[in-house]
Amino acid sequence: MSAVLAQPQPPAPDAEREVVIRGRGITVGFGERKVLENLDIDVYRGEILGIVGASGTGKSVLLRTILGLQPKQAGTVEILGTPYDEADANTRASIDRRLGVLFQQGALFSSLTVLQNVEFPMREHLHLSSRLMDELARVKIELVGLAPEAAERAPSELSGGMIKRASLARALALDPDIVFLDEPTSGLDPIGADEFDKLIATLRDTLGLTVFMVTHDLDSLHTVCDRIAVLGDRHVLIEGTIEDMLAFDHPWVQQYFHGVRARRREA
Amino acid sequence: MATKTASQLELLDVNGHARIVASGPWTVQTVNGIEPLVDNAVASPAKQITIDLAGITHIDTAGAWMITRLERGLAANGTKIELVGASDNATRLLKALDSAERVIPPPRPHIGVGREMIEGVGRTMYNSANDLEAGLNILGGVTRGFVRALVHPARFRFTSIVFHIDRTGLRAVPIIALMSLLIGAIIAQQSAFQLRSFGAEVYVVDLVGVLVLRELGVLLTAIMIAGRSGSAFTAEIGSMKMREEIDALSVIGLDPTEVLIMPRIFALIIALPLLTFISDIMALIGGGLVSWVYVGLPPSAFIMRLRDAVALNTLFVGLIKAPFMALIIGIIAATEGLRVQGSAESLGARTTSSVVKAIFMVIVVDGLFAMYFSAVSY
Repeated sequence: MSAVLAQPQPPAPDAEREVVIRGRGITVGFGERKVLENLDIDVYRGEILGIVGASGTGKSVLLRTILGLQPKQAGTVEILGTPYDEADANTRASIDRRLGVLFQQGALFSSLTVLQNVEFPMREHLHLSSRLMDELARVKIELVGLAPEAAERAPSELSGGMIKRASLARALALDPDIVFLDEPTSGLDPIGADEFDKLIATLRDTLGLTVFMVTHDLDSLHTVCDRIAVLGDRHVLIEGTIEDMLAFDHPWVQQYFHGVRARRREA
Repeated sequence: MATKTASQLELLDVNGHARIVASGPWTVQTVNGIEPLVDNAVASPAKQITIDLAGITHIDTAGAWMITRLERGLAANGTKIELVGASDNATRLLKALDSAERVIPPPRPHIGVGREMIEGVGRTMYNSANDLEAGLNILGGVTRGFVRALVHPARFRFTSIVFHIDRTGLRAVPIIALMSLLIGAIIAQQSAFQLRSFGAEVYVVDLVGVLVLRELGVLLTAIMIAGRSGSAFTAEIGSMKMREEIDALSVIGLDPTEVLIMPRIFALIIALPLLTFISDIMALIGGGLVSWVYVGLPPSAFIMRLRDAVALNTLFVGLIKAPFMALIIGIIAATEGLRVQGSAESLGARTTSSVVKAIFMVIVVDGLFAMYFSAVSY
């Protein structure tokens, strides 16, 4: 089974575009408290979808739920056309190989070097010669903009921005179809964040990735996201382009996209 | 001829002009089979080669890398290359990989098993000097903290000390009591069995009394506490070091030794003698029970005999050692905890070495004390 790489295509009418993640009626709660209730979400192939919302509205919970890391009370998740929850272990593993995840803290394996971290998914899932694995890992490390010397360093010796990049390189190790990013630019300086945004856009264009990005960064939303979904009141308040957000009449959305930071950005 | 779906690479010779035709899926899933084909093709002697990519159905970075490798390999042989039929996707990918490093770094030098072993021994010996220095450092810090606390008693972290006494002392009572009861019983049973042939079974009481009070009570308690609390201290301090909590303490203007290490070591110094006493009593009870059942010595006779066999100083020989053992366990645990580096692996290694070193040192110090006490005939 090989991954078909999509050509980046001009935004087509929704009906024509392939849905790679389809969530329906997702309900997640901790005890009595419901974090997400009856939430529907679609992610289309080749797009960069930004998920925003106030703290505690369940952005990361949604990401974890889609990945099956967080049990849900109700609802279904379909990834790449396969119902992820009902899939047997083998199907699930083959879907997992087509997903890459960048966790908020990077989640690099601390006892391995960066190179070994990137090689790890290949070593486990593919039968490649060690020379080829080494080369591919180094290509990925260069692709995310890390210096070749960084390959030999341990995660504890990296700066915050380098950890994000190294973690992205690991997420890309198996040439996934979909990449999940949990606050990729948090903790980066504006220049670093800007570079990271550009990197994600470039990778989407060259590798044909679909990107599901949880973010707080208004600049990321403006510059790289094709579509934005706003979480609030336990479901998706609105999804659409940045123009739709600016026009939408909801106190939080108005405040978020027209707030001081947003205005400063426009200035 | 391979089927259409298989990824392949064919070397054709069209009118004296070499042509490499790639077809099928060139992805990370199929690249394993492609690699030998590419390596073969690189060896091609032709001076001019056209690489035809039109037949490639899917391509990703892995496939694009193989093409890049083919290109570079041929170029290194001085072959002129022409790429044709690349899809937009392939062109984009190839362009993205074009900047990838051209020089493959040399593989890390292979170190033989023998050399590694000798190096390891050398490094361990070298590091043990650092161990002593680091341990003395902590001892100094704790002493300084103690002196300061004497001047300003408010600096004693009583809550913290009580909390750690609860965790390392009170909560260890059941396991220490059970273990000591069994050890006392086993010693009594074994010695009764050996002494029976001489008809000297009554000396079981002397044996159990002296052995337990002087040596075994304190030794076993210290070993148990090194495993139980020493490991916990190392893991706690180590993970705080990993998450920069120790640095946060110093920046806030607090001395980590005073805040983290001193309360733990004090708690151990208070708890270990108490636990040793409990251990002594439980071992005597165990010995008494076995003497009663196995030798037929009633408890009253056991106690009478015990009073003749041991003096108060026998008990003190054991108890005096306990605070020193506690200090050793605490200092080793703290030293190893502060040595934890960034990785989960190093946390595990340090915790292991904390327990191993603490147990070893406890036994060594017990031996030194035995020599000392026999020299002063106490």
